[in-house]
Amino acid sequence: MNKSVISATDLSLTYETNDGPVHALQDIDLNIKEGEFVSFIGPSGCGKTTLLRVIADLESPTKGMIEVNNMTASQARMKRAYGYVFQAAGLYPWRTIGGNIKLPLEIMGYNKIEQEERVSRVLELVELTGFNKKFPWQLSGGMQQRASIARALAFDADILLMDEPFGALDEIVRDHLNEQLLKLWNTTKKTICFVTHSIPEAVFLSSKIVVMSPRPGRISKVIKSNLPNDRTLDIRESKEFLDIAAQVREVLRKGTADE
Amino acid sequence: MNKAKDLWHLIGPILTILIAITAIWYVSAVWLNSAWAYDKAKRANVTISFSEMVSDTMIQQKPLLPSPHQVIKEIYKTTILKKVTSKRSLVWHGWITLSATLLGFMFGTTLGILLAVGIVFSKSMDMSVMPWVITSQTIPILAIAPMIIVVLNAVGVSGLLPKAIISMYLSFFPVVVGMVKGLRAPDKMQLDQMHTWSAPKATSFWKLRLPSSMPYLFASLKIGVAASLVGAIVGELPTGAVAGLGARLLAGSYYGQTIQIWSALICAAILAATLVAIIGIIEKITLRKMGIQL
Repeated sequence: MNKSVISATDLSLTYETNDGPVHALQDIDLNIKEGEFVSFIGPSGCGKTTLLRVIADLESPTKGMIEVNNMTASQARMKRAYGYVFQAAGLYPWRTIGGNIKLPLEIMGYNKIEQEERVSRVLELVELTGFNKKFPWQLSGGMQQRASIARALAFDADILLMDEPFGALDEIVRDHLNEQLLKLWNTTKKTICFVTHSIPEAVFLSSKIVVMSPRPGRISKVIKSNLPNDRTLDIRESKEFLDIAAQVREVLRKGTADE
Repeated sequence: MNKAKDLWHLIGPILTILIAITAIWYVSAVWLNSAWAYDKAKRANVTISFSEMVSDTMIQQKPLLPSPHQVIKEIYKTTILKKVTSKRSLVWHGWITLSATLLGFMFGTTLGILLAVGIVFSKSMDMSVMPWVITSQTIPILAIAPMIIVVLNAVGVSGLLPKAIISMYLSFFPVVVGMVKGLRAPDKMQLDQMHTWSAPKATSFWKLRLPSSMPYLFASLKIGVAASLVGAIVGELPTGAVAGLGARLLAGSYYGQTIQIWSALICAAILAATLVAIIGIIEKITLRKMGIQL
């Protein structure tokens, strides 16, 4: 069926600190297929962000293998295989929204005409058409984060890595952005890895939920979701949704009870 | 009505301080110069009243502290009334000092930025150059200035350049410190972001580090330009008081011409304030163009 996009085999990452080694990740085996929406959930210190950073080649594993698009993580990064959305929007205050979205395009050497085309296309995708010439401070926090998603989409990477992108936003804005993100996933068919610590968010968005536990950071369970792809916020009242949420909660509780 | 109120909010505090300084200055002048006034009267065998004493302290030839109006009159006489080509014109002296200041400031800024770029990009430069940069500023400029003048004179360089070099010596330091901080201002997330785009180091320098450093650069430039002026004035002292505001200060102190010293001093202060203000205006325009909110 769908080909595998990200695969980790026996992956471990250990930091050497003055207080001895810290096992940020231990024996991670994971397979993510094309077009999946995978959420990583777990308490802080469980290594969910670290795992995402390993996929992005921002950290190197100390043991095991990581493959992205059948290449090493570093080769995949060089080939611009993914767009990364950080917790903060991280827009440059001295660039307009359009200028910010152009930034990776400039670095990657797209010509001016194509830059403009792509800016207006991705702005439409995140429903920010018309904000091209505005500066970041003229936008709300949620709009800024949408602009940063647009920036990650601008260079057509097949994979979108998102590290708690809506963590700093209030719940109403967050719900809205979650719905938009799902729509975006449905229209673009990208593979999305999404780090969160909110159970409803993970269940609502994902086709697959990776539950992790801390010290050492490892995967407790991978829960598949069979919710329809074109779900709306109402689905959160449904029995299927609540069942999956209960499963996730139970695994999380077990993971922390071990300590 | 509202406009007048706004204007008062703008100039009110400045005016208040100005009046206070002038008042303190007059009181101090009377107090410091009174001894000489009484002394004169004693030698002439007359007794003088308080008001006679006060009026004497305002018109002495070589007062301990000249009164403000004496200084202003002297400045007026040596700027407006003198031809600018005259050797007694403060405008002429001011220009001599200003040209050395500007050249030294340019050298210092360039050197400072280059050193900062080196320090930020090379760990070994960070460890080897930074201590010397700091050490350089612990040596009193008064000690090193004559040596620079003498050494450069020996190799046939004199005039503007030695003074500019002393200026540079003082002004590169704030620029290095500010620019190192500025170029390191981007946080880990912003640098990681550049990494995810596989941006070369040069690209992240031009697109991220340099724009991020601008507010720091301007803060440094303001300190740097004032330091440059001090450097140029100090550089004029060992050359034997030929020309420049420094020369006026030195000549004034040779002959006890306190009014001349104070007028040169005030001119130097006005010059420094103007230079800092000009940089402030350029800063505002640049940062506003960059879309940075102040």
